Amino acid sequence: MLFLGFFAILALASAAYVLARNRASAVVGGEVSRLHSRPNYHGFLAFLVAAIIGWALLFVVGGVWGILIERAMMADIMAALPEVSPIEAELILSDAHAIADSGIASKSGPLRDEIAAKLTSHSALHDYGTLLLAALGAALAGFWAYSNVSEGWRARNRSENIVRRILAFMTIIAILTTVGIVLSLIFETLNFFRNIDWQVHKYLFGTNWSPLSGVQAGKLDPDKVGAIPLFAGTLLITVIAMLVAVPIGLFAAIYLSDFAGPRVRAWAKPMLELLAGIPTVVYGFFAAITLAPFLRNTGESVGLSIASESALAAGIVMGIMIIPFISSLSDDVINAVPQSLRDGSYGLGATKAETIRQVVLPAALPGIVSAVLLGISRAVGETMIVVMAAGQGANLTANPLEAVTTVTVQIVMLITGDTEASTAAGPAFTLGFTLFCVTLLMNVAAQRIVRKYRELYD
Amino acid sequence: MMNDMRITERTMSNEIKIAAKGVDVFYGDTHAIKDVDVEIENKAVTAFIGPSGCGKSTFLRCINRMNDTIDVCRVSGDIHLEGEDIYAKDVDPVQLRARVGMVFQKPNPFPKSIYDNVAYGPKIHGLARNKAELDEIVEKSLRRAAIWDEVKDRLDAPGTGLSGGQQQRLCIGRAIATAPEVLLMDEPCSALDPIATAQVEELIDELRASYTVVIVTHSMQQAARVSQKTAFFHLGNLVEYGNTDMIFTNPSDSRTESYITGRIG
Repeated sequence: MLFLGFFAILALASAAYVLARNRASAVVGGEVSRLHSRPNYHGFLAFLVAAIIGWALLFVVGGVWGILIERAMMADIMAALPEVSPIEAELILSDAHAIADSGIASKSGPLRDEIAAKLTSHSALHDYGTLLLAALGAALAGFWAYSNVSEGWRARNRSENIVRRILAFMTIIAILTTVGIVLSLIFETLNFFRNIDWQVHKYLFGTNWSPLSGVQAGKLDPDKVGAIPLFAGTLLITVIAMLVAVPIGLFAAIYLSDFAGPRVRAWAKPMLELLAGIPTVVYGFFAAITLAPFLRNTGESVGLSIASESALAAGIVMGIMIIPFISSLSDDVINAVPQSLRDGSYGLGATKAETIRQVVLPAALPGIVSAVLLGISRAVGETMIVVMAAGQGANLTANPLEAVTTVTVQIVMLITGDTEASTAAGPAFTLGFTLFCVTLLMNVAAQRIVRKYRELYD
Repeated sequence: MMNDMRITERTMSNEIKIAAKGVDVFYGDTHAIKDVDVEIENKAVTAFIGPSGCGKSTFLRCINRMNDTIDVCRVSGDIHLEGEDIYAKDVDPVQLRARVGMVFQKPNPFPKSIYDNVAYGPKIHGLARNKAELDEIVEKSLRRAAIWDEVKDRLDAPGTGLSGGQQQRLCIGRAIATAPEVLLMDEPCSALDPIATAQVEELIDELRASYTVVIVTHSMQQAARVSQKTAFFHLGNLVEYGNTDMIFTNPSDSRTESYITGRIG
């Protein structure tokens, strides 16, 4: 119904566009240069007001009316069965909805059937009424714009003003969504801390993580929510990943920007960037199925015992995943170092290597540092590879040959596990919030450094 | 005919630092320099003038083999520095550039401290045995570049923080620090205001005592002010070369005259 309404309004608004545009041409007898605004702007203004009013009515009237119907039905149910609790009443209502939509209801009964019948009749009225109101509103708005068409009517300024407001509205939506997500993280985190009786230090510094094993009546055991092993695991894997990604990525960037000929560069750079296009899930099973057994077998042959889910395998593959980030960003900043600086160095009799080491890299260093920081925040937040290759047990170790777990793996396990959502969500949200803070700090640091770098050349 | 005789006389009477013979330069398919012969005098300022795209900068960059850093560029012919072929196989362009310093159109100090900018070349070439010697080289070079008094109290400040004219003098000091024999200057004043330009020109005149200076310039007044010899390039050809006062007062080629009087260029 909403779908049909959307297109009905679109058709009305388009009609308003054509009518207003033609009228604008007609008022000046075809001499459009006499108009303050070109005919297209008159049409566009009519389209905008009709579409905006129409769609807004569709949502607002439809939404409010729907809520009113629900309330009336709830009142009916409470009147018929005064002793039911609100939750039971809601259950009955949702059953009635299911019956009305010929879906599967948990129970059937005369009350449910009665409510369902009422819902059906209400919903027809609701749908057509909303549509009619919205269309009426759109038509009136379109007519307002149409009837205002005249030589001096500032349709151009008005329509541009509306567009500006639409853009601002979209921005607000994006910002509010972010704020909403962060707020929900914060609230859930606070809930979790309340659940462990505000023993925040036990979460931040505890070394024992098995939150769901200590649940009693929805209450978590503060001694089993120590997040240190998770962050240590994340740190260990991130360090391994950066040990792989930074040298390879940076040296590849230096080669590509200063040594490779245009022909090598033309295919080598896209090839490297192709690595960034591989889905992380593919990296994940590559780590778990190819690299981890290979490492284990190699380890065995030299007398080392390597777990089949080792931090090393996950870290190496994550490093490979991050190479294109480092190389691509570093390549950009190295290329951004002005040729005049290189010329200056060559002109003093410096070799290419001296020029790169002593002039180009120091000049590009802030950019490279921020590339590395962005790479780290990717590694910290990476999930799929570690879910498949790093292991699940919270194991506090610095040995890369053992299995460790990471923050993201534990979040996945908490959310996809079969524990009641209300219990599992607390620790998951809290881990997520902590992770968010870590990545946020790193991104801010990276941006600060980049900004400082820009000041250097502008 | 008379003019030519006099030029030859003057040229013969001075020591030749750089001798170029039959130099051609190609950028891909473009023939940028066509069969140029020129002899540059020791301890004098030689100016290359000509309209944009005439090849004067390209030719300048042949003298320290800066064109080697451009992939598509090909140079043929002979250029001798004190009788030694600089395009010979056994010549390392990197070492050549320590002998033939270069100052660029836009001041290009490294994003390092003023001190490190100047110390960069001497460090690379091992010209100083210790910190004291390096300090001395830096001070001497900055004094020579007529900027010492302005920067002596802030040698640790970044070179990029100086004004345009100061930056260019810093770059000149940086080039002097490697103790070159020749200084190539590619439009060193084109990014500077008149006051900074005057300072740099004065400096060039002083540098003549110790170095062979070759300067590319867009400004004919500048060529007339600072140089003893002038070469006029047009469309890749060296049209005329001789004493500066002669080129400006009594050019022998009609194209030179047209350029100097503002009819072409």
